[in-house]
Amino acid sequence: MHHAVFLPRLHQALLNSVLGATLGLASLSFCAQAQGAAAQQTQQPQAVDLDTSLLSLLASDSSDDKVAAINRLSRLPDPRAAKLLQALADGNVYATPDNAIYLSDDGGATAKDPLTGASQPMPDGSDTLVINNRVRGAIDNARAIAQLRAPAAAERLAAARLLQQSGSEALLPIVDEVLPQETDSLARAALQILQARLRLSSKDPAVARAAADTLGASGNASFRPMLQALLQRNPDGSYAEPDISVRTAAADALERIGRHMKMLEWTGNVFYGLSLGSVLLLAALGLAITFGLMGVINMAHGELLMIGAYATYVVQTFFQHWLPGLVSWYVVAALPVAFIVTALVGMALERTVIRWLYGRPLETLLATWGISLILMQAVRSLFGAQNVEVANPSWMSGGLNLLDGLTIAYNRLAIIVFALMVVFFVWLLLNHTRLGLFVRAITQNRAMADCVGVPTSRIDMLAFGLGSGIAGLGGVALSQLGNVGPALGQGYIVDSFMVVVLGGVGQLAGTVIAGLGLGWVSKFLEPYSGAVMAKIIILVLIVLFVQKRPQGLFAPKGRSAE
Amino acid sequence: MDRRQVLKQMSAAGLMAATGWVPRAFAASGDTIKVGVLHSLSGTMAISETALKNLALMTFDEINAAGGVMGKKIEPVVVDPASDWPTYATKARELISQDKVAVIFGCWTSVSRKSVLPVLKELNGLLFYPVQYEGEELEHNVFYTGAAPNQQAIPAVEYLMSKDGGGAKRWVLLGTDYVYPRTTNKILRSFLHSKGVKDADIYEEYTPFGFSDYQTIVAKIKEFAAGGKTAVVSTINGDSNVPFYKELGNSGIKATDIPVVAFSVGEEELRGVDTKPLVGQLAAWNYFESIKNPTNAEFVKKWKAYAKAKNLPNWQTAVTNDPMEATYIGIHMWKQAVEQAKTTDVEKVIAAVGGQRVKAPDGYTVEMDKTNHHLHKPVFIGEVQADGQFQIVWKSKGPIRAQPWSPYIPGNESKQKI
Repeated sequence: MHHAVFLPRLHQALLNSVLGATLGLASLSFCAQAQGAAAQQTQQPQAVDLDTSLLSLLASDSSDDKVAAINRLSRLPDPRAAKLLQALADGNVYATPDNAIYLSDDGGATAKDPLTGASQPMPDGSDTLVINNRVRGAIDNARAIAQLRAPAAAERLAAARLLQQSGSEALLPIVDEVLPQETDSLARAALQILQARLRLSSKDPAVARAAADTLGASGNASFRPMLQALLQRNPDGSYAEPDISVRTAAADALERIGRHMKMLEWTGNVFYGLSLGSVLLLAALGLAITFGLMGVINMAHGELLMIGAYATYVVQTFFQHWLPGLVSWYVVAALPVAFIVTALVGMALERTVIRWLYGRPLETLLATWGISLILMQAVRSLFGAQNVEVANPSWMSGGLNLLDGLTIAYNRLAIIVFALMVVFFVWLLLNHTRLGLFVRAITQNRAMADCVGVPTSRIDMLAFGLGSGIAGLGGVALSQLGNVGPALGQGYIVDSFMVVVLGGVGQLAGTVIAGLGLGWVSKFLEPYSGAVMAKIIILVLIVLFVQKRPQGLFAPKGRSAE
Repeated sequence: MDRRQVLKQMSAAGLMAATGWVPRAFAASGDTIKVGVLHSLSGTMAISETALKNLALMTFDEINAAGGVMGKKIEPVVVDPASDWPTYATKARELISQDKVAVIFGCWTSVSRKSVLPVLKELNGLLFYPVQYEGEELEHNVFYTGAAPNQQAIPAVEYLMSKDGGGAKRWVLLGTDYVYPRTTNKILRSFLHSKGVKDADIYEEYTPFGFSDYQTIVAKIKEFAAGGKTAVVSTINGDSNVPFYKELGNSGIKATDIPVVAFSVGEEELRGVDTKPLVGQLAAWNYFESIKNPTNAEFVKKWKAYAKAKNLPNWQTAVTNDPMEATYIGIHMWKQAVEQAKTTDVEKVIAAVGGQRVKAPDGYTVEMDKTNHHLHKPVFIGEVQADGQFQIVWKSKGPIRAQPWSPYIPGNESKQKI
């Protein structure tokens, strides 16, 4: 791209947009014309005014034409061009069947002429202008160049980062100009890297050497191919880069990038493992109570997770309809709802089915498996077989960029924090409440607890309800990561049992350590073995471990333990 | 009859009622033609297959309202194989030998089709299979109305290689670990080799069914993509797509950086997804709901009205997709073939299906190939829009003939016909 020449025009475009906003429409078109005329003398001939021929080029079916039109638009000082680019980026540009272009900011009801700004109803048969990835990339690029001078530092930073990947050497004069004025340190660093990238091919060895150093320090792997290209040999045996000092600098830079990537990989694995572990933990924690403490082999545990996720969906729908202003906080409201709903379902199950089967594990297993099928089909009849949409709230979308290249997704981060909170809550409940005391008493010795007046039957119901409710909380978390559908629970039931059995039946701490441990082991295995093998290896390891130590990591100690 | 026997019979009756036997027991035969619908209405595949069952019923209603087939009404026999592969074979056997259906419309996964094949061969049944698949199969008793690899996967990769598609130089082949992705990727790898792509520029990775933790893989894709313009070809099975795309969106990868083209993601799958982070990601199919032509407008309208009239779950957001269109085409082709053969006899119908032409919602009059039991289909590549629909960014010049035996797998040259 050849943006270097219209550098002064960008200034004008910016000025113009300010002017346009204050002076209004009438003076605006005059202003644009005046500038267009003034610019004519200094600019290359193809940078003509915004006119119908440019618009029809934009409406062309060929992407080549569209990209050409966008590049021309980006050079126009006219604020209407900047507006048109913005509308293109937002998908608010419409084309009529006879290739006329209109803007619309109300979803295609009224059509605004991009030249005159006049409004009219959208002509029949109009549709949003076809923009494919290539055109979208061209729009992003065009806007990024203008945004190098944006007032907000964040925008300048984003623009510099984008251009680091796609900018061409013609950009160098603009970068050289904006860099000394840059005040924000992050944006400045990004610009320096951009500058280095553009200067790497410089004929001056000192400049190229400095550029290679900067690129190496950035640790960004996307500069590897450029650096490697310097070290290539031509067919006649000579190096692509004649200067040895530049080659050495490039090799050093490559090594630095390699080290940085290695470090990122390790940090990444630690985080990914923690994240996977916290998901496993949330999925298994409810089971740690119903199976771990109470000894009920609950095959319907996965379906309780699923009910929690569906409760989230219902709360989300409720917020969308009745409290649209608070919709990004629906997840918080979903927590108590999911807990209560699943706890009620769990208690109903305990009262109607499970309490008749205490001490008969095989029958419990079959009955709860049946229940899981019933629950799935019930949800299917109620909500349909299709997955339902649970959107991440805005504060959970996106990610945090750490260490130049490691992205930590906010939803993953939120779930790690949430898992720790739930563990704390369960620990508090079991160790510092009367209910918890009774549950522990019954776990240790049911007959004796009964004798001293613990209402065992009622406590069983409450404990099962608690375990189910916590599964519901897990469901809320899972709804933020993946599908919400009738079969959601099926994917987690095996993992949940794995965590509880590995951790040791009857131990909360065991569940926590087993969950996080499994997360880490599988994430450190995955890069080497692939996801499929990692899963198999983990299953084999668990089988071996349980052979050696059937009671799990943490076995309950004491006389009463069976 | 002692008590035990009574009990036995009662439970058997109960079982029959549960599996959908009762309607058959009372089914009239006289002036109707029975056809089987073999789609899972429960279990993991229900998400995809329920819509096909409903669409088949809609098409039967439409044909019956217009006078039926040879003046006889179509009488659907709907069974539920419950996403269990061997059950597909059992149910197919029941449909053919007990209900004497003239034809079966059904199956989705390749493994379900493979388990029905022996039954079809043994009892000489007829199956219309409506889903894109990996090819490497050609059966006398099956008509394939979905795409073969050269009608979906290869055009998609060619598009990504083109200037408009981003000119990808490096390729990530990502799939769920089963026969369809493995075979498709084998074909694609061989195709990429033929285009001069080196093995070092291909990264192939598989995940287990129902996998939901794509953090490591997305990080790896990011690192791989640093080595040059990269495109991802995803044959990830329906359910794992949401976590994959969510992870991709959250780690800030946009379609303009690394485009992902998927072969198993359509309108129906996107119904359960927040599509905002996916804008610009690609899918390759032979039909999109957003295709503009009168036949499709009519088709979409009919389906939405039907979903509303039958009060299907979430009818407000009902969408059409590629396998639904393929089901629709299949049913009409069968009807025409029966009317041409003037009988429902399987052999005569099979002979008549080849060469049938149907005006399809994809905007073309599609034709069943005379020799290879596959449709000539147009190929479309669409980009996901914020509303969950696809914007078509590329389409083939016209319908393409299927190559079920891919020329990119050695030894297939001689297998082009039945």
